[in-house]
Amino acid sequence: MHDTKVKLDTEVERHTLTVLVDNEAGVLARVVGLFSGRGYNIESLTVAEVDPMAKTSRITIVTSGTMHVIEQIESQLRRLVPTHKVTNWTDVRDGAKAGIEREMALVKVAGTGEKRVEALRMADAFRARPVDTTHSSFVFEITGSPAKIDSFVDLMRPLGLVDVSRTGVAAISRGPEAM
Amino acid sequence: MDKDDTLTMGGGAAQAAAETMTGAQMVIRALKDQGVTHIFGYPGGAVLPIYDALFKVEGITHVLVRHEQGAVHAAEGYARSTGKPGVVLVTSGPGATNAVTGLTDALMDSIPLVVLTGQVPTHLIGTDAFQECDTVGITRPCTKNNWLVKDVNNLARTLHEAFEIATTGRPGPVVVDIPKDVQFQTGAYHGPQSIHHRTWRPKTDPDLSAIVKAVEMMAAAERPIIYSGGGIINSGPEASRLLRELVDLTGFPITSTLMGLGAFPASRPEWLGLVGMHGTWEANHAMHDCDLMINLGARFDDRVTGKISAFSPGSKKIHLDIDASQINKIVRVDLGIVGDATKALREIIRFWKTQKHKVQAAALKDWWKQIDVWRAKKSLSYRNSDSIIKPQYAIDRLYELTKHRDDVYVTTEVGQHQMWAAQRFHFQQPNRWMTSGGLGTMGYGLPAAVGVQMAHPGALVIDIAGEASVQMTMQEMSTAMQYDLPIKIFILNNEYMGMVRQWQEILHGKRYSHSYSEALPDFVKMAEAFGCVGLRAEKPSELDDKIKEMISVKKPVLFDVRVDPAENCYPMIPSGGAHNEMLLSPDDGGEISDAGKMLV
Repeated sequence: MHDTKVKLDTEVERHTLTVLVDNEAGVLARVVGLFSGRGYNIESLTVAEVDPMAKTSRITIVTSGTMHVIEQIESQLRRLVPTHKVTNWTDVRDGAKAGIEREMALVKVAGTGEKRVEALRMADAFRARPVDTTHSSFVFEITGSPAKIDSFVDLMRPLGLVDVSRTGVAAISRGPEAM
Repeated sequence: MDKDDTLTMGGGAAQAAAETMTGAQMVIRALKDQGVTHIFGYPGGAVLPIYDALFKVEGITHVLVRHEQGAVHAAEGYARSTGKPGVVLVTSGPGATNAVTGLTDALMDSIPLVVLTGQVPTHLIGTDAFQECDTVGITRPCTKNNWLVKDVNNLARTLHEAFEIATTGRPGPVVVDIPKDVQFQTGAYHGPQSIHHRTWRPKTDPDLSAIVKAVEMMAAAERPIIYSGGGIINSGPEASRLLRELVDLTGFPITSTLMGLGAFPASRPEWLGLVGMHGTWEANHAMHDCDLMINLGARFDDRVTGKISAFSPGSKKIHLDIDASQINKIVRVDLGIVGDATKALREIIRFWKTQKHKVQAAALKDWWKQIDVWRAKKSLSYRNSDSIIKPQYAIDRLYELTKHRDDVYVTTEVGQHQMWAAQRFHFQQPNRWMTSGGLGTMGYGLPAAVGVQMAHPGALVIDIAGEASVQMTMQEMSTAMQYDLPIKIFILNNEYMGMVRQWQEILHGKRYSHSYSEALPDFVKMAEAFGCVGLRAEKPSELDDKIKEMISVKKPVLFDVRVDPAENCYPMIPSGGAHNEMLLSPDDGGEISDAGKMLV
């Protein structure tokens, strides 16, 4: 029991949380303000309206902290008035739902000659698609887990990487049920 | 005066169809439908339409304060002494920013407030218009929720939601920001019963499986202690009654946080006094050595726990709170119960009785023997003087000369006087003690007393104050005069910011950096300037007569009690210390670690 407690308070883990909120003015500021005000990390954040009829937005946040901190983040998010639901996709405790995480990135690589060919070959291996092409550059669109995008970006760096735009993580549960 | 029919028809009755009226009229009508009888406020350009609607209304008393911070603290005092939400009406810009301290205070202490702010007209928002500020942006972190209402047809719903959110679940302050053009526009008004919030579903019913476990843990406990907090007070008087019943049933010792004073009668033998940094020897040692801590509506605040790693190391802990985010926030507990204190206590008592639980009588007897040993330390004793008024003596005399009355309400400012009052002024009932706990707002007590007296016109309302704090909101004496509020400002005047001075003495080598007020006003003359009564006592022998005079005067009184400037507030757990590392007197000395010095 004691060991578990220590683990809860020392090991920093990365967690992906989804918050379903009323799409009202200031709701994103409320969520972001909670993180900054209480000193929690945000590694990535995505938000968009997902149900125009119900006027709900879905916010997906990748954060890191000890399990103790993650639990606090979840209950603080649940406490916000416009919050409908909070789901932790990384949670390994009982009854947690398995989630799928995907991120999209646009990656610009500039160069000519062998580097340019190599970039295109790598992109193909990663199933990244060129969405803009000039004689001296590509913009690749790539979708996958954040780790896959990290490694793609790392590979592009020596091949003439000039710009990266990442969407942050979107997450959804496996199986037939909603979040 | 002409009455405006639109505004007086409602009064809470069910309305079938929507009625049409202006936004300003809706505000007043919504307040009436919510049962509001008092508003604390200050007019200004952006709320003039609402003030105009208020002009024609009967049944709502508006209290004109002298500063918006005073309005919010007055509303807090009103709310805490009545259990009803406090309502504030202020203008845009500086009106709203001046309310921020009060909002933060109410958020920290879970006080239900509905604060209405005027805003510049919608077409000017974002243009840096005169008296414009981003009110919802500024108040977002210091409210439970807030709204900017841009459409008059959303106004009524928002106002009713504001009351619902302020008062249900864990109470707290809310802000509704209303642009001036919305106040003028005409729209459809709906009554409170038409409102069903989309997401707000506070959990108030405790899980019965947790209750069963709690009762079993209580029955097995050999060294139990109940640690009760402001949640009992906020849950309503029934929670205080049930708390007493629980202690009757179990005979468990009980201590309380600053916020929870009065929920359990201080006159009863089970009462150990205040817990925490300036708590009693017996309360803190019992917290440290217990085998079961039953936290009822408190939040393991750092002023209570001291050093977390040394906080009650050998105990199992039960934590009842209406706010799930409080469970395991500071201290990991063995059993969390999320729910309303009244409902949870009722279930605990029901299960205790129906399952015919008994306490561990022999062990409990030994536990009480140990507690009596701690009690014998008499940790609140002090060395009195014939020549100089000791602040502890002043509070003792104030208590002794008022304890026969059952209509005494006490507010405080923040500092040494507040702690002495919490230690020595004993409360028998809830809602009688109004103090700024979480935020520690100097200047809280005087306006809070205004709000309390407004709600309880015949009662004896005393602000136990320090000369430094009271100057922060002194202007509200003028409000007290305007509304014939005979509040008593009992100033323990030691010429220092006493608690700052005490910490400088203990932690900073007696370097009293800027904690001495070299140019204090003559409080007696100041009282007279306000039209109030000023009193002064300089010797212990004149104290009783002056206190009696203060009580008998039917006017606001500023009583300048000149006390020993060198007195420190003991007992004290130095910052970074554990509950069993208390200082009882200056002779205790004690080194404070560098880590401890960093703490506030």
